Amino acid sequence: MDKINIQAHIDMFKDVAGGLLPLMHSIQDDLGYIPEESFPLISQSMNLSIAEIHGFVSFYHHFRTKKTGKNIIQICRAESCQAMNVKNLEQYIKIKLGIDYHEMTDDQKFSLEPVYCLGNCACSPSIMINDEVFGRVTEEKVDQLIRDYK
Amino acid sequence: MPFKIFVPIDSTSLSLGANDVADLIATDAKKRNIDITIIRNGSRGMFWLEPLVEVETDNGRLAYGPVEINDINSLFDSEFYQGGVHPKYLGKTEELTWLKKQERLTFARTGITDPLSIDDFTAHDGFNGLIKSLKMSNQQIVNEVKESGLRGRGGAAFPTGIKWQTVLDVESDQKYIVCNADEGDSGTYSDRMVMENDPFMLIEGMIIAGLAVNANHGYIYLRSEYPHALITLNKAIEIAKKNNYLGKNILNSGKSFSLEVRRAAGAYICGEETSLLESLEGKRGLVRYKPPLPAIKGLFGKPTVVNNVISLATIPIIMSKGAKYYSNFGVGRSKGTLPIQLAGNLKNTGLIEKAFGITLRELLYEYGGGSASGKKIKAVQVGGPLGAFIAEEHFDIELDYEAYSKLNAVVGHGGIVAFDETVNMAEMARYSFEFCAIESCGKCTPCRIGSTRGMEVIDKITAKDEQAKNVQLLENLCDTMVNGSLCAMGGMTPFPVMSALKYFPKDFGVDTNASDV
Repeated sequence: MDKINIQAHIDMFKDVAGGLLPLMHSIQDDLGYIPEESFPLISQSMNLSIAEIHGFVSFYHHFRTKKTGKNIIQICRAESCQAMNVKNLEQYIKIKLGIDYHEMTDDQKFSLEPVYCLGNCACSPSIMINDEVFGRVTEEKVDQLIRDYK
Repeated sequence: MPFKIFVPIDSTSLSLGANDVADLIATDAKKRNIDITIIRNGSRGMFWLEPLVEVETDNGRLAYGPVEINDINSLFDSEFYQGGVHPKYLGKTEELTWLKKQERLTFARTGITDPLSIDDFTAHDGFNGLIKSLKMSNQQIVNEVKESGLRGRGGAAFPTGIKWQTVLDVESDQKYIVCNADEGDSGTYSDRMVMENDPFMLIEGMIIAGLAVNANHGYIYLRSEYPHALITLNKAIEIAKKNNYLGKNILNSGKSFSLEVRRAAGAYICGEETSLLESLEGKRGLVRYKPPLPAIKGLFGKPTVVNNVISLATIPIIMSKGAKYYSNFGVGRSKGTLPIQLAGNLKNTGLIEKAFGITLRELLYEYGGGSASGKKIKAVQVGGPLGAFIAEEHFDIELDYEAYSKLNAVVGHGGIVAFDETVNMAEMARYSFEFCAIESCGKCTPCRIGSTRGMEVIDKITAKDEQAKNVQLLENLCDTMVNGSLCAMGGMTPFPVMSALKYFPKDFGVDTNASDV
């Protein structure tokens, strides 16, 4: 963990009202995750306890404290996608990547996460890879996307 | 004059390859030496036809769709850029039945304009509501909103004008406008469409809200699952600032309003207004006790208007065309229009803005065209994951807040998810509890623990393990959750569960004719 780097993020949001939320985004956007080793520094600067920082980070599904794969695949598990058989697609992707949710492939190319609605419900089932949404996803489409993103 | 070609930039259009379509049209045009301008407009909301490519002709805008990469060569061959005939030709966009039957007030501009062109926006009535509001007193604005009958479109349906009045009446050195853009309900995407396709409308609504209650700063709390909306909103805010619609001395009126977007972090519960406020304050999104109401003690303890995207985005048309114009739409106490979003297993999915009073049957069959799978539609969940499942016997009830309330159902944010006959409703009920367990903030015991116990009880019912006793237990558990939870998460999860059990007992293996149930 680069202490100077974390401090630069803190400096941007230290005096912002409700700054902890944008601060955590800023760190995760930069490093890909929020290292637990940064908690003491954040806690000191933001005048919060380490427990509060931990409580905050663990509350939000979006924040993570571990490294992820190069690409994060999110599968929408919500109702609209269920109505379009996302359960089968979910199984297919898990087997294809050889990992379950919250895991990373051995080659560190992909992490898999569930998500509850991508707002793409008109074209279910949907998945998101990094910041791109894909609609009406089929097994063939998954194969192609995994090839493209690898 | 170059030919004008429109390719939508809405993220659902992008999810179907709209960027590739736009790129290829540009390259092909260059190759063929045809002078074109590509405008990345918003989506009309006919998602089964996306990517929907339009061309401007003397005869109005013509539509082609769904356009795939391998259609583009033949589209050029048939000179689509000047309205040529092609198998994907759909006709005049405005004459398409799906659009023609709608009453688009809030979504009047959506799909027509370039979302980030402020000139396009003002040429299509944009900022008219703001200009009028700048000449009015606070109370006059609030009165107009009250008279329009607008109720919170996030789902709670609380009268917007009354909320604003409460905030206006509190004396405070600082007040806030908070836009709830944490659209987490499955089957809903109308907020996203506003933010991606017509962001200035939301900005205009928030400025008017600020003028009405004397608030000079606003936050848009945007869910992290909407990266495209984030980019569009931030760009729109910058453009609005440059053009003196945001910042100090708006349009030389002496009034000021500033606006920023805060990205949420993937917690469904933060769509609940008090949880949202906690999150904005940089804390865990734990639900607050009410009172005090956020209108009196909201963000950072200050009086705060918390409104959904659609509620705020509807303010400009109310102010520009008048309360009466808006309230003439709708039925009973459900005034105006509702942006309905068709999702799940339907042939034609997309956005339908209609006055309240339309029935599910019309929506599912006349608009939706029946199920995508061709199988019978068995159940429909209206209003997101906390909304009841509606069985076919109730497909003819008019969509309005009160009629749905009588059914123990909700209109919510207008999301409609259709399931065909292959769905197992016991599994859906179990999922409702599972979702609640994942997303509960943990403050209230019935929600935090009841959700997990609920899954176990459903497992016992479907395994016919002391079934009658467990059905009773499930009913008691739901009753405890409804009455013992602070917010709708625990308080409404029983709606889908109990409706599934009531209308589809067979899926639970429950024999309704047996005397012990």
